[in-house]
Amino acid sequence: MNEHYETVIGLEVHVQLTTRTKIFCGCSTEFGRTPNSQTCPVCLGLPGALPVLNRKAVEFAIRTGLATNCRIAPRSIFARKNYFYPDLPKGYQISQFELPVCEHGWLDIDLEDGGVKRIGITRAHMEEDAGKLIHGETPETAGSSLVDLNRACTPLLEIVSEPDMRSADQAIAYLKKLHQIVVYLGVCDGNLEEGSFRCDANVSVRPHGQKAFGTRAELKNINSFRFIKQAIEYEVERQIDLIESGGKVIQETRLFDSNTGMTRSMRGKEEAHDYRYFPDPDLVPLVISQEWIAEVRATLPELPEAKRRRFVEGLGLSTYDAEVLAADRKLADYFDACVTLAKDAKSCANWVMGEVLRKLKETDTAITSAPVTPEMLSGLLARIADETISGKIAKTVFEQMWQNGEPADRIIEAQGLKQVTDTGEIEGLVDQVIAAHPEQVSEYLSGKDKLIGFFVGKVMQASQGKANPGMVNQLLKKKLHG
Amino acid sequence: MTIYDLTLAELRDLLDRRELSAVEVTTAYLERIAETNPKLNSFITVCAETAKAEAEAADRAMAAGETKPLTGLPIAAKDIFNTAGVLTTCGSRILGNYTSPYDATAIARIKAQKAVIVGKLNMDEFAMGSSNENSAFGAVRNPWELSHVPGGSSGGSAACVAASQAAAALGTDTGGSIRQPAAYCSVVGLKPTYGRVSRFGVVAYASSLDQVGPITRDVRDCALMLQAIAGYDPADSTSVDTPAPDYQTGLTRDLKGLRIGLPQEYFIDGLDDDVRRAVEQATTTCRNLGAEIIDVSLPHTTYAVACYYLIATAEASSNLARYDGVRYGLRADQAANLIDMYMQSRAAGFGPEVKRRIMLGTYALSSGYYDAYYLKAQKVRTLIRQDFLDAFEKVDVLLTPVAPTPAFALGEKVNDPLQMYLSDIYTIPVNLAGTCAMSLPCGFSADGLPIGLQLIGKPFDEAAILSTAYAFEQATTWHQRKPQL
Repeated sequence: MNEHYETVIGLEVHVQLTTRTKIFCGCSTEFGRTPNSQTCPVCLGLPGALPVLNRKAVEFAIRTGLATNCRIAPRSIFARKNYFYPDLPKGYQISQFELPVCEHGWLDIDLEDGGVKRIGITRAHMEEDAGKLIHGETPETAGSSLVDLNRACTPLLEIVSEPDMRSADQAIAYLKKLHQIVVYLGVCDGNLEEGSFRCDANVSVRPHGQKAFGTRAELKNINSFRFIKQAIEYEVERQIDLIESGGKVIQETRLFDSNTGMTRSMRGKEEAHDYRYFPDPDLVPLVISQEWIAEVRATLPELPEAKRRRFVEGLGLSTYDAEVLAADRKLADYFDACVTLAKDAKSCANWVMGEVLRKLKETDTAITSAPVTPEMLSGLLARIADETISGKIAKTVFEQMWQNGEPADRIIEAQGLKQVTDTGEIEGLVDQVIAAHPEQVSEYLSGKDKLIGFFVGKVMQASQGKANPGMVNQLLKKKLHG
Repeated sequence: MTIYDLTLAELRDLLDRRELSAVEVTTAYLERIAETNPKLNSFITVCAETAKAEAEAADRAMAAGETKPLTGLPIAAKDIFNTAGVLTTCGSRILGNYTSPYDATAIARIKAQKAVIVGKLNMDEFAMGSSNENSAFGAVRNPWELSHVPGGSSGGSAACVAASQAAAALGTDTGGSIRQPAAYCSVVGLKPTYGRVSRFGVVAYASSLDQVGPITRDVRDCALMLQAIAGYDPADSTSVDTPAPDYQTGLTRDLKGLRIGLPQEYFIDGLDDDVRRAVEQATTTCRNLGAEIIDVSLPHTTYAVACYYLIATAEASSNLARYDGVRYGLRADQAANLIDMYMQSRAAGFGPEVKRRIMLGTYALSSGYYDAYYLKAQKVRTLIRQDFLDAFEKVDVLLTPVAPTPAFALGEKVNDPLQMYLSDIYTIPVNLAGTCAMSLPCGFSADGLPIGLQLIGKPFDEAAILSTAYAFEQATTWHQRKPQL
């Protein structure tokens, strides 16, 4: 990267809101159904059909606005964005233009050097999605395009940032943070591949110290965090090379091609649409009362950042553990439930991040359907804490709990896994082991201290793992040196 | 007694007394349509089969004691209303083959009363026009003088009621499209307050101005029809959630204590002498009935037509974008690519007036012109609305002509759109203000052409103009005259 230039990035993110029904009609928003099976006169754009705003979509917009520190407009307006395309049934998209529902927000991102940077959010506005075109894939449909309007009219919230990011990494940090928040809020499923979270990047470069922005290119069609980084980095290089070789960056829309890792021109400024925005006369102004905002605010969940802070400062977890546990709201809820029951936050964290996450991954299970509930896990941790079983046996018990869904106590009882703490019983086993391994005993006594592990192992084996390891150790040393 | 000359109220009475059946009534009307439609061309679709079935169902309902005010009464609808399973063309070639899968709310409401829908009526394409000459299905002729226009855009609706082809009709009014043809055809037409009747299922022309209303033989029928279709509809966000009063009981015979305003800006040069005389005579009639007549001013009247043709065309340019040949309607089959398909389909599907208005509206919304045209027009609209609200501080009802002249001859203004636009000069301000108004017969010109009287009411006070109109109608005989066909 050329050090004489500074990169300037602004992002436009389309968040698909997970309402059950579409934004302007009652059709289902479910993904992947038979084409055009989830349509009605409204989302098909039939003559005479009229839109009616989905209140839940507004609530989700307010939630997101509040979580990203936006001002919620007491009155906002839906506008028509006019252009022709076969996936747009009415010939216009209902969006918001002059008066969006959210404005003037921000998010803080963590920088690599440990600092924090505030990224401004210009606005967030509600709009309807378009349908999908499928271009002739079978011999019968070759040369033609098929229109699927199942997605048409599903609710989107477009969140527009200020041009505050100065590197691809900062852009990714902002996106990941925003992604985590909308998923946490339950307003978006966060699925980048299905297009539930889409990003366009406005990228420009300028010599360091220059106040004015360079000419920007808008990058479209990027559907993973990795591609976003790739696209931005490619585009920055392209623009710098262009300027360095005496050329000029032109304002245009560019498509990212994930196969080549490059961007290519889609349309220039001259070909840009004149969208002829005007207030949609079919919809009345969206009025949001202070009471409604307060109501929504009261239902906001604890956000990832606050959660991390609580895990570190309140529960004494490491920054890393807090990060992992807070990354997913459901996981954090699981962990919180364990801590409430078991009290020992550190051992809860170890178990959730260790055994629980491992089994979830192994069995491809969601945390909410884990067969070992927080109640069951805390039951197991209690048996470790009171030394009924050892940590090692606990792992075996956990495995069985996962498979059978039975509580720890029942498994320990049924299989006689209770730790042996009877001195006499352990002494017997120690004596047997010492008697059976005279060679090792003399080696040990001649100074090979490490062999103590060998003896412990043998005794534990003989007890089928049930002997209290501390007691075994103690008795062994006493007897060997005896 | 000729069945097809009776009013809704008279038919109701005969049906209730079992002197007639719905099937007999419907049959009489279908015969009348078959006999007169070749002369008038007021219907695009006659629903003969379904109408008979609906009439039988109505007879069964009445026999079962489930009679509602419109049960068994023959009604026709402008072809702008979506009607499930029936061709819904909006007077356009682009929807020439379009059968709707659903009913407009207004249609659903009269169907719920088991009214009989006898057919779909001719109109100016997409409700754009004042003469019904802009229809892809041919011009409609005025029943009073076949060489003349019936007015527009609900020309088929007014001609149909005047010629007794249906007992009542549904129309729409964006700039006068119910009132002006009602005046030209000597029938009663009401444009309710914006938001009073649901627009759901009405093919949109200019969404902020369009409003559904009835066209009937007399004022009582008008009240009956409004009662059936008025009221909040959750499917139309712009419909207003205020209950409609009982319009029938509000009809009285005198006008004592009523303050009627005469807007001075409406009685100016260009107003035909016969029309002026008829309206002055009507004013005298109202005074004799006990009304107080007061001069008022609507100072921004002169800007109304210009304002309308910016707002209506802007909205239309966007509303008509959906007719792209992709999902329904006319599609050019020789197109080389997508853009070509759009251009050829729309070029072939829309008539010249619709194209003119799409271009005007597209221009008015264009980047760099929006503020000067669309936004300015919206500000003027606010002033025009304020004019009316100010006037209604002083009076209860405004009395004006409906149109500057009686019906003009077919072809007379086809090549002069500006002259054509001016025929709506007295009706357009009401749509811009969003309030209610009606047209009712008040005389005939020296040539025997009908003249209409306009009564304008306060927002949501349809009851006041209906009762004024009823008193006037009771004191006159204009509504009893029938055209000779």
